[in-house]
Amino acid sequence: MSSPEAATLPNSAPLSTPGSAPELAAPRAGFLSQESRDIIVKGLWTQNPGVVQLLGLCPLLAISNNVVNALSLGLATTLVMAMSSGSVALVRNFIPHEIRIPAFVLIIAVLVTMVELAMHAWVPALYIVLGVFLPLITTNCIVLARVEAFASKRSTSHSVLDATMMGLGLTAVLVVLGGVREAIGKGTLFSGIDLALGPVAKGWVIPLAHDYNGFLLAILPPGAFIGLGLLIALRNRLMMRDNG
Amino acid sequence: MTPAIRETLSTALTLLVFSVVGAGLLSGAFTLTRPTIERSEQTEKLALVSQTLPAGSFDNDLIGEARVLPADALLGLKRPGQAYVARKNGVVSAVVLEAIAPDGYSGQIRLLIGIHANGSIAGVRVTAHKETPGLGDYIEIARNAWINQFVGKSLGAPADADWKVRKDGGVFDYLAGATITPRAVIKAVNKALHYFAAHQAELLAPQPEKRHVQP
Repeated sequence: MSSPEAATLPNSAPLSTPGSAPELAAPRAGFLSQESRDIIVKGLWTQNPGVVQLLGLCPLLAISNNVVNALSLGLATTLVMAMSSGSVALVRNFIPHEIRIPAFVLIIAVLVTMVELAMHAWVPALYIVLGVFLPLITTNCIVLARVEAFASKRSTSHSVLDATMMGLGLTAVLVVLGGVREAIGKGTLFSGIDLALGPVAKGWVIPLAHDYNGFLLAILPPGAFIGLGLLIALRNRLMMRDNG
Repeated sequence: MTPAIRETLSTALTLLVFSVVGAGLLSGAFTLTRPTIERSEQTEKLALVSQTLPAGSFDNDLIGEARVLPADALLGLKRPGQAYVARKNGVVSAVVLEAIAPDGYSGQIRLLIGIHANGSIAGVRVTAHKETPGLGDYIEIARNAWINQFVGKSLGAPADADWKVRKDGGVFDYLAGATITPRAVIKAVNKALHYFAAHQAELLAPQPEKRHVQP
């Protein structure tokens, strides 16, 4: 799966935030093994959890009503995924096959709760905004899916890489969706960034239009489904064009 | 011991070990973050409560001296809430009451209502609600100054009959799109003033050493 997918890489740019896909994959490609490169391309593009696997969308669709929320929950999910996959890969040989699912869920739940406590302590405003969706990362199927499908069978480093890339792929989709919904629904970008970075960031909100009354549909849940549908369509279109 | 039992036991033991390690990690994280979480919750609470009072109108520790507010129908409280007594140079200047408007468009609207010692409203803030985003959420100060029209109102001024939105013949403005939400808030604030009038003596009693209001 080298050449056709490597060729699609530049096209991932419109779907990802500045600084995620191309920079992460391209400059380091020379140092990485073929396997690592495959993992990166799969997570970010060919098997992207957001627009290809469509896994773990329930809390994520709900929270993608602006860029800051989307990015925060996306990164929290990525962190949990990397830690869960790493821990499971480390202890995978000690877990009897019959109880692997309860053991995985236990590990994920412990890690989510630790991330939740840490966010409550150090970014309390963001903790309040993300609310119930933070503990719900436990039940996000993409976390368990990567643990079960990948980390329980592979080396620790590859598992962490896989989970991180899948998480970043999902985050990228969320951020784009959040950006589109926020721009259409509220006419701003990065509103609420002070919740994540402190009062310093209050002036960083970008107003896109003056006297814009907003378009409620984009902010409400239907906007998430319509937006995601359009993103999937866009990705399919790009894939079709690449494949001839 | 048959092999089957041995295997069952070892499996159960493995899961037990995982649970114990998990519980250990969690209690570690909990202990580590608790002081920070408590501090940030206090700061958060103080910031919220002090918004309902004029700047510089108190010099006491509002949160530390909070009193228990018994459950009361006038405040919409089904469980005991809290009252924050503001004091300046030892004199009680105002009290902030927790209240709940039970009849919002989608459930409860939680309020903090600051009332001056003379019975006029110092400020009202919504602390939690589930009203429709973009329609009913203008009761939040972050979205609209609507909630500020309570400032200076008191029991009888306007008269009880006028504690309504203009559409219903009252004196309060509302924004197009949502009238159920402001109705609920207006009613709750009026009822809180009635509560204050009935319990004024206890609420304003200078009892810094005692933390509980007798019901």
